[in-house]
Amino acid sequence: MRCEVEKLRGRLGGVNASSTTPAASSALAPVEQLAPRPRPRPRQRLRTQLAHVWPPALVLLTVAVLWEALTSALAVSPSVLPGPAQVLEASWEDRANLWPAMWTTTKEAVLGIALATAVAVVLAVAIDWSRTVRRSLYPLLVTSQTLPIIVLAPLVVIWFGFGTAPKVGLVALFTFFPIAVGTVQGLASADPEAMALLRTMGASRRQLLLRVRAPSAVPQLFTGMKVAVTYAYVSAIFAEYVGAEQGLGVYMQASKNAFRTELIFGAILLTTLLTLGLFLAVVLLERLAMPWRRPTQSEVGW
Amino acid sequence: MSATPPAVCSQPAAGAEPSSAGMARTPGVRLEVIALAKTFAGGDGEPVQALQDVSLRAAPGEFVAVIGPSGCGKSTLFQILAGLEDPDRGDVLIDGAHVERRLGACAFMPQRDSLLPWRRTLDNVTVGLSLAGVTRAEAHERARPLLERFGLGGFERAWPWQLSGGMRHRAAFLRTVLLARPAMLLDEPFGALDGITRSDLQRWLLDVWEEVGSTVMLITHDVAEAVHLADRVYVLSPRPGRVAATMRIDLPRPRTQEMLVSPEFAAQEARLREILREHSTSR
Repeated sequence: MRCEVEKLRGRLGGVNASSTTPAASSALAPVEQLAPRPRPRPRQRLRTQLAHVWPPALVLLTVAVLWEALTSALAVSPSVLPGPAQVLEASWEDRANLWPAMWTTTKEAVLGIALATAVAVVLAVAIDWSRTVRRSLYPLLVTSQTLPIIVLAPLVVIWFGFGTAPKVGLVALFTFFPIAVGTVQGLASADPEAMALLRTMGASRRQLLLRVRAPSAVPQLFTGMKVAVTYAYVSAIFAEYVGAEQGLGVYMQASKNAFRTELIFGAILLTTLLTLGLFLAVVLLERLAMPWRRPTQSEVGW
Repeated sequence: MSATPPAVCSQPAAGAEPSSAGMARTPGVRLEVIALAKTFAGGDGEPVQALQDVSLRAAPGEFVAVIGPSGCGKSTLFQILAGLEDPDRGDVLIDGAHVERRLGACAFMPQRDSLLPWRRTLDNVTVGLSLAGVTRAEAHERARPLLERFGLGGFERAWPWQLSGGMRHRAAFLRTVLLARPAMLLDEPFGALDGITRSDLQRWLLDVWEEVGSTVMLITHDVAEAVHLADRVYVLSPRPGRVAATMRIDLPRPRTQEMLVSPEFAAQEARLREILREHSTSR
């Protein structure tokens, strides 16, 4: 990279030197066409990305093997602590019940995050725009996070029923906070010199928001979303636990009542995988939303 | 938002004088600063007088440098001219008329390039046009023919991090030129660059300026840079900033590379240094 920059400067220096004589200065010296620096080759990129996948996978595998060995060696009853093989087998057999539950909960989690993001962005922009809004709303945002979901969820069921909409609302309520805080901070992190420069060009406040502040906020908006998605499924499951027609929460409760411990473990494992999937989806979205970012070693963040 | 100024810069005809947008009431003066004064509240509550009665003028197509020791209020002067600060007293005139709204009146180039990371080169250099409501296609059409001249050919679609320091500064300068305002304010534009890139850019800036023929006011603390580039140099005194002296640079144009090592250049540089020394100790 460095030597390329030097080469570049050398070529440009050549152009300048040729245009110092008065005769040459009137002729517009063309600059040699240079291709922008190449991005890392896809194969190489895949390898570096895989380097981030196999260490946690190896840890998980080790834990699973130890767990399996211990449960079979100590002959623990499956209703107390089933081994990983039993969990997978039982869950697979029960897939006719597990799949619909998974879809319901996924719908609630994804719609909840979408709603949370929309609300958070609107709130963040309002807070950034007006000092009055900041003073009157920001403290309320914080208090909204002190509401215990255990108390709120049954009330929401009483008010809005057992359907999907109240679950989506609950997920949004419990996930919007990190997104809102991140976006507020991101908007405030806009480069003051760039803002001043655009003001000297005659930019209005609205133009400054759209062209400098909003793009500056994108990285922190996604940081907030990454935090938020880690408890999207958990909130949805809890909301279902209190009262729902279908979903992983209902499934877990039914399995518990039937003493099918291996099915509970299966649902937990599925929730973990789904959360991981949601996290990776956000990472992918982040990459698509910020094509201007310099490619770094790890796209995932660990 | 003011109407789109005439695109004097889209055809850089050699030696062409940009047609004035407003009516020239006092012909011969493009940018005039009259008795500007500014006092700030200092850190310890003491008022700090940054500028005291500063008057400057620049003729159409003239290259004027403002030089002075650090803390002489050069930057404050430009903040006022660019509209980011209001003066306590004084007035700014363009083509003889009082400037009602200084924000957007002149084309300002700060020390840092401040390219927006999420805009490709072509969109970064046309950011001023897009703020003025020019469509993206139209703005690109105006910028494209100039990219080659600004050493950015082939980098239209590059992100700022893919450009070298010199290229970033040329992009920032193109962004300033494309604003097509009556005057350009350059605030130590090359201050943050290494020596080699810097002298390359100075030479190149002169070439471009000689083609575009716009009025330029340049802040610098580099004596050689002022002598190399400017027609006239204003020397500001240490705080509170006042115009301590004005010096005309008696070197022909175009200023060639050979001139930099000529005895005439050395004599002018020595004189300017002498004037600076005289005034930087007074107070």
